[in-house]
Amino acid sequence: MRTEIRIAGFGGQGIIRSGLILSMAACIYGDKNAVQTQSYGPESRGGSCKSEVVIADEEIDFPLVDEPDVVVIMSQEAYHTYINTAKENASILVDSEMVTERADPPNTKIFNVPATKTAKELGKAIIANVVMLGALVSLTNLVTFEAMKEAILRNIPKGTENLNMKAFEKGYDFGKKLLKKKNVPAN
Amino acid sequence: MQKNRAVLQGTHFLSGDLACAEGALAAGCEFFGGYPITPATEIAERMAKRLPEIGGVYLQMEDEIASIAAVIGASFAGKKAMTATSGPGFSLMQENIGLAVMTEAPLVIVNIMRGGPSTGQPTMPSQQDVMQARWGSHGDYEIIALAPSSVQEMFDLTIESFNLAETYRVPVMLLADATIGHMWERVKIPPQEEIPLSWRKKPEVAPAKYKPFKPDENLVPPMACFGEGYRFHATGLTHNEEGAPATVSSEAQDRLVRRLCNKIRRNTKEIMKIEEIMLDDAEIVVLAYGITSRAALSAVRMVRKEGIKAGLLRLVTIWPFPTELVTQIAKKSRAIVVPEMNCGQLVREVERAAKTTPVLLLSKLGEEPHRPSEISSALRKAIK
Repeated sequence: MRTEIRIAGFGGQGIIRSGLILSMAACIYGDKNAVQTQSYGPESRGGSCKSEVVIADEEIDFPLVDEPDVVVIMSQEAYHTYINTAKENASILVDSEMVTERADPPNTKIFNVPATKTAKELGKAIIANVVMLGALVSLTNLVTFEAMKEAILRNIPKGTENLNMKAFEKGYDFGKKLLKKKNVPAN
Repeated sequence: MQKNRAVLQGTHFLSGDLACAEGALAAGCEFFGGYPITPATEIAERMAKRLPEIGGVYLQMEDEIASIAAVIGASFAGKKAMTATSGPGFSLMQENIGLAVMTEAPLVIVNIMRGGPSTGQPTMPSQQDVMQARWGSHGDYEIIALAPSSVQEMFDLTIESFNLAETYRVPVMLLADATIGHMWERVKIPPQEEIPLSWRKKPEVAPAKYKPFKPDENLVPPMACFGEGYRFHATGLTHNEEGAPATVSSEAQDRLVRRLCNKIRRNTKEIMKIEEIMLDDAEIVVLAYGITSRAALSAVRMVRKEGIKAGLLRLVTIWPFPTELVTQIAKKSRAIVVPEMNCGQLVREVERAAKTTPVLLLSKLGEEPHRPSEISSALRKAIK
């Protein structure tokens, strides 16, 4: 089976790193094949930015995302650009603090995750992506908790392990609660 | 300097650029001369970190003209040497690429193609430098160019590039694109002793009898390097077998320039690497290279399920172009579809080789490489 994930926001939010962590979790710490591709402008911060991941049991011929099964949206601009690009019944995770103007499409599963707000409460807005990765684990069946944890630890600077793990667990717990509240299974 | 392990071991998750740098080290590259440019910067960055670890030299030059000149110098001095760049830098290198061709300096030039012309779209992919790789410098010559389609191939074909450069004493171009350069995938690295490496032929005659441009049977001259006790004179001027300028001799011009072309042309079969996928009974063929060949493979699988007999000819070597092979395949096919991320470059070679078989160009520019659905609908149309 082939699953396509698109993560979008702006440069500086750790969008590309998130895609990298997710694909490593799938293919280095998990038993799947994975490819990560990225697209961004020449600006190092602030420009629009997207990271795409394909996870599959089989060999991956086409490495890019065509119609995503899972979308993570971290900015208003990304919301406008990508909210209507997902497959029917796709899971869409939206950073509810970053995206305020909304016109959510029907036939999708929208999950509002206050990733940036949670990250700020933990003391650093830049770990919003890790909160989101936590929520991604509980809201989808893409990778296991352990695999994602290993992949995060592999990708962060020394000395930030505690903060990152806190952010990861907060996101994970939030996703679990959200599923209970909505009474839908993870997919 | 401390000698660390040159070759990574085992399975890694790498970007195309990083895999290219690691492939270069595995090939025995000890010199990188370059100037950073998106989307090839990560190659320079990795080499700057890794080369000093193994006792090699990373030299950042003032621009790409100087970069390729430094690489030629390192090659003359006996090192396996490389540079990595993208469109604008590749343009600046062209004159000295001619010098490398003329002096038969083995070296590797990686071009992570981005959108051109000029500074174009630095972070976006293209296949717009395919013809420049072949014809960018003035004069008649041949080079070798390889087109990787995965991160694994960024590793494997970088090694292959060095092997070909050393075997044929020619600049070898690794033509990737921004998508592959920045794409992350799993890479399996074999144990060092299982990686076959080639090194330039050394002279077997005494220094007094050595002629640096006197070819062997395969048209490639053995190469003595500076400091090995041989007289080695190299010049961009047309030269005789001793390496001395022969600027008015028609015979010297004819003999040298034809040999520079023929040492590649006559060895095309040995150099050529292609992949023939589902071609046995194919009525319609996609000819693709680089990143687009992966969408092409998906498309071929897709239409096969519908009963359309499609196949894929993937060129790993794009220069020298496998004209004879394409002619043979075209004879058996109703049409050839060529997806390219440019306005139509390699397609001209395909048309020339396909003779009367129709050739259909699928041209695409901008952010996204071809999607499988774009190629599959072209196949359906072409078979009607």
